[in-house]
Amino acid sequence: MDDLRELYQEVILEHVKNPRNKRTPADANRHAHGHNPICGDAVEVHLKINGQGVIEDVAFEGRGCAISVASASLMTEELMGKTEAQAKALFETFQEMCTKDDAKISKDIDEDALDRMRVLAGVRAFPMRVKCATLAWHTMSTAMAQKDEATTEQDDIGA
Amino acid sequence: MSEATGAAKIAPGDNSTLAFDVERARADFPILGQEVHGRPLVYLDSAASAQKPRQVIDAMSHAYETCYANVNRGVHRMSQLTTDAFEGGREKVAQFLNAGSADEIVFTRNATEAFNLIASSFGRAHLGAGDEVVISELEHHANIVPWQLVREQLGIVLRVAPIDDAGNFLLEEFEALLGPRTKLVALTHVSNALGTVVPVKQVIDLAHGRNIPVLLDGCQATPHFAVDVRALDVDFYIFTGHKVYGPTGIGALYGKKDLLNALPPYQGGGDMIASVSFEKTTFKDAPHRFEAGTPPIVEVIGLSAAIDYIAALGQENIAAHESGLRTYAEERLARVPGVRLVGTAREKASIVSFVMDNAHPHDIGTIVDRAGVAVRTGHHCAQPLMQRLDLAATARASFGLYNTRGEVETLAEALESVSEIFG
Repeated sequence: MDDLRELYQEVILEHVKNPRNKRTPADANRHAHGHNPICGDAVEVHLKINGQGVIEDVAFEGRGCAISVASASLMTEELMGKTEAQAKALFETFQEMCTKDDAKISKDIDEDALDRMRVLAGVRAFPMRVKCATLAWHTMSTAMAQKDEATTEQDDIGA
Repeated sequence: MSEATGAAKIAPGDNSTLAFDVERARADFPILGQEVHGRPLVYLDSAASAQKPRQVIDAMSHAYETCYANVNRGVHRMSQLTTDAFEGGREKVAQFLNAGSADEIVFTRNATEAFNLIASSFGRAHLGAGDEVVISELEHHANIVPWQLVREQLGIVLRVAPIDDAGNFLLEEFEALLGPRTKLVALTHVSNALGTVVPVKQVIDLAHGRNIPVLLDGCQATPHFAVDVRALDVDFYIFTGHKVYGPTGIGALYGKKDLLNALPPYQGGGDMIASVSFEKTTFKDAPHRFEAGTPPIVEVIGLSAAIDYIAALGQENIAAHESGLRTYAEERLARVPGVRLVGTAREKASIVSFVMDNAHPHDIGTIVDRAGVAVRTGHHCAQPLMQRLDLAATARASFGLYNTRGEVETLAEALESVSEIFG
C-alpha cells in the first residue's frame, strides 16, 4: 500500500478535485489534442505563446483518471510564464522522473519546481500508468511545435 | 480452503452447489496458486481471457511430445495421427455447438479473424451498394470495424439496433430496422462490456421471417452456458478458444453447410484448393476452403481438451455457479460507497461493469491490483457503447467457473479502500 499512498498523495487528490487552468482560453494560439487509445482518455492543451517565445497562458480540457488530470493541472502551473526552451527542459526532466530511478535532472530547473513535479514520480512503480502521467506533457509538446492557430490530432502517444 | 490456491477469506460451504465443487475445480488451474503484490491472485478478468486448467496445458504438451506433424499432408504415421486429433477437434467443436456436421466448423486464428472472414466472403458474395447490415449498440469492435471496411469497399449501409439505459436489447426497435435492403443481421449473443444476454431466438425468428440470415458473436456466451445452434436455427456463429478455458490462437466459425459453400474463399494458399494450375484454381468445399495454410494444430487439440473439461464439469453446473456469484457480486458491490453498476439488463451473464463517483476506472484498477485483484478497466473494445452510455470507461469484474464468493468479498473490500482514498 506504500506505493499506492505515494501515487495517490494529498497533493494529487487536491488537484483532481480542483484542477487548475481547466478552461479554453479565447486567445490561445497553439492547440493539440492528445488521446490514450488504451483507456480512451483525452486531453486538449491550449497555449498562448508570444513573439518572444514566452508562454503567456496555458490551459487544458478533458477527462481522464486522477493521474492524468493531476498531471495536466500541475503542468499548467509550472509552464505559466516560462519560455519554450524552459518548457522543453521541464518536459524532458518530468519524463525522466516518471520512468527512471536515477532521473537526469536539467540543471536549469529550480528546486521548488522539481519538488512540485516530483509528487507524480511515484508513477514509476506503476509502469502501466506512466502514459497517464505524461499524456498532457506530450500533448503540450505537440502544441508547442505547431504554427500559430494549428490544431493537431496526436494519437497513440508514446510514454 | 485448498493450500494450492491460498485464497483468503473463503467461508466454508458457501461456494459450492451440490453438483459443483469450486475448490476442486480451482485445483485444476495452476495459475490460481500465484501471488500478486504478495496477495493471492483474485482473477476477475475471464471475459478478457480465461485461465487454463491443467487438462488443457497437458493435452497440448502431450501433443507436442507424442503426436505432432503437419496435418492433411503426406502418408506418414505421425501426420495421420495428428490429422485424426485435429479433425477430432472439429467433431468436438461441432458437438459443443450441437452443429449438424463437423463440416460446418471452420477454424480461424481467433474470433476477430472469423468476423473478417464473414465480412469479406459474405460481402463479396451477397452485398452491394445500398445493402444493409444490422448490428447493435452492444457490439465489440470486432463486429463493427470489419463491416466498416466492407462499407468502404462496397458502399453498404450499417444500421445500429439500440439498447435502453439499463443495457436491454430493444426488440421492437430492432424489428423496425429490418427492411427490403437488409441482407444480414450480425449481433452479439452476450455483451462483453455489460453482460446483457440478447434475446437471440426472437431476433432470429424476426429476421428469418424476412429471409434474412443471422450471424451471432458467441465469444461471451460459450464460456457461460450451453449454445445449441440448431435449436436457435442461427446461420453463422462465432466463438474463441481462449475464453472457454482453451488456448489463444484458435477461433471457430459455425456456418450452415449450404451457406458456407455459397461463399468464396477468404485467404488463398495451401490446403484450401482442389487443384491449382497457373490458369485456374478450384477450391475445396467448406470448411477447408476457408482454412488456407497450416492451421493452429495444437491449439485445436487444446480447445478440444477445454471442451471436454467443461463438459465433465457440466455446463448447467457452471452456469448455476456463475449466476449465484454474479447476483452476490451485484448486491455486494452496490453496497460499496460510490459504486454504480453499469448494465442491469433483465438477463445477464456473469459480467459486472461498474463506475465509482469520484474514482476513474483506471485508478480503481490500479488500487485493486495492489490487493491482488485483476479487473478490466477501459472501454472494453466497445467505444460506441461507452459513448451511448456517456462513459469514457468502466471497471469490469467478470467471473469464471473458478471464482468464489470470497474473491467477490476481496474485490468489495479493495473498492472500499478506493472509496476511502478518493472520498
